[in-house]
Amino acid sequence: MSATANDPAPQRPSSWTARVREAAVTTLPPEKLLPEGQPTYVASWIYVFGVASLASLIVIVASGTILALKGPAWWHYTGVGHFFNSIHLWAVELFFFAMVVHLWGKYWMAAWRGGRSRVWVTGAVTFLVAIPCALTGYVSQQNFDAQWISTQAKDAMNSVGAGAFFNLTNFGQMYSYHVLLLPAAVIALVVAHVLLVRRHGVVPPFELDKR
Amino acid sequence: MLRSRDDTRPWRGAYAPYDLVKELCIAVGAIGLLAVVLTILFSSPDEKPSTIQQWSRQLPVNFVTTAVKELDETSDTAEYGPPYNHSAGSVQHFLFLHPQRWLGVSHPIDTARDYVIGPLKTIPDDPALRSALAAYQAAPAKTQKAWAEAYAKPLEEYAAAEEEGKPLPRTVAVTASSGEVSVQASGAGPVPTLMASLLTLAKSGGLDGSLLTGSQFFQTDYTEPLLFMADGGLLERRAEAQHLLGEQWGMMNETGSYPGQVWLWLYTFWYQIEPFKESPSADLQVMLIMAALSLLFVCVPFLPGVRDLPRRIPIYRLIWREHYRG
Repeated sequence: MSATANDPAPQRPSSWTARVREAAVTTLPPEKLLPEGQPTYVASWIYVFGVASLASLIVIVASGTILALKGPAWWHYTGVGHFFNSIHLWAVELFFFAMVVHLWGKYWMAAWRGGRSRVWVTGAVTFLVAIPCALTGYVSQQNFDAQWISTQAKDAMNSVGAGAFFNLTNFGQMYSYHVLLLPAAVIALVVAHVLLVRRHGVVPPFELDKR
Repeated sequence: MLRSRDDTRPWRGAYAPYDLVKELCIAVGAIGLLAVVLTILFSSPDEKPSTIQQWSRQLPVNFVTTAVKELDETSDTAEYGPPYNHSAGSVQHFLFLHPQRWLGVSHPIDTARDYVIGPLKTIPDDPALRSALAAYQAAPAKTQKAWAEAYAKPLEEYAAAEEEGKPLPRTVAVTASSGEVSVQASGAGPVPTLMASLLTLAKSGGLDGSLLTGSQFFQTDYTEPLLFMADGGLLERRAEAQHLLGEQWGMMNETGSYPGQVWLWLYTFWYQIEPFKESPSADLQVMLIMAALSLLFVCVPFLPGVRDLPRRIPIYRLIWREHYRG
């Protein structure tokens, strides 16, 4: 049966839940969120560093969760704790390494083209937020490194007034920043970054003029 | 030949099968394995922290020299300024920007009260100390200062001679067996008694406990003991041996031969060059530079010139060589 002029127009859903769902599905339909194919130009080793950054973050969160479950002093007096602390440290080093290569790669691709500037911005902000996330980890170690780094870095924080609410020599405060506030910010930014990549797709190569 | 402006259009070409979830799982496995291999090969550094007890035992003269400065309120912490007190020794500004002053004193530290007088008051059953404390606190500020300066003078001469490798003055002596420090200082009033008691308290470990649990039983703020130790020489001595001083690229390194926070290289770089190297407001200046650079970094897509460079330098031809070959 075909629609007639007397049929009522489709109504906008009244519930907030339905509106959010419709907006989400319209913006990022499932086949776009998790596609089974990629453009043929996505064929370079440079693309590995984006997923390597993501994988490093997952290893950081997993090892950090184990360390947090056992408490901040555990890794000082058990071999297993030291093992997981070492994994956490090396995953952080790999995370920054992968992120830097990924950022350089995306710069030379001019990956902000075609309306993708928010993809670049969320990636760059993630890098910047990851720095205090790592710093708070270094000053939460409860060893000589933590003593020295906190007493040295406090001057920079104090000079800009940040020492009033970000006191590097306050272990409890730094630990809270390190295991909750800053990781939550990094994870939220990474989620936003990945969703934006999925929405806009991987940036195509520069088009060459046929002349 | 490249086109001059961004006319990037959605891709209308061919697609190839690509399993994103499988790729992520493989990447997590590979990175996890790499982290385990690096852990087995290199582990991670864990140098034990220093304590005030160690400091007072290993460097008793340095401890007493620092303590009398805390009493006299001439130490780095006493003269620091916000967020610890209202002094001006470490207050930085740039042009009209005074953020350190604007945010004010959020972690008040009175070095004489918190590091010396307060801990000494916790020592029980010591009439000589009680009397010395009473005499010190009853004296006018001018007399207190004169006493502390009289006691500090031979100690400063001792520290200078030690640093320059000259013969040590006999006005300061350390008993090797007990680690007691005796200072020949005339006109120092009750200060020698106060310092001797504080050194004994520190050597017993009591000062560590007093500074940590002075205000409440459960606490996680190490600001007071850390600043006290940073005023002394033990942390710096250990840091120098571990290549962690400011002129050794400072806190971006960590103990041992580990990469540390290499991502801070640009931030640390500014401290190695003039005018920041000798600037009294170097921290604020470097932070402002890094804030400006960070903003530029975030805004790359909107910066003419910077955003056009990838078009002009054909690294993209390497990245997409398969595509262009096709």
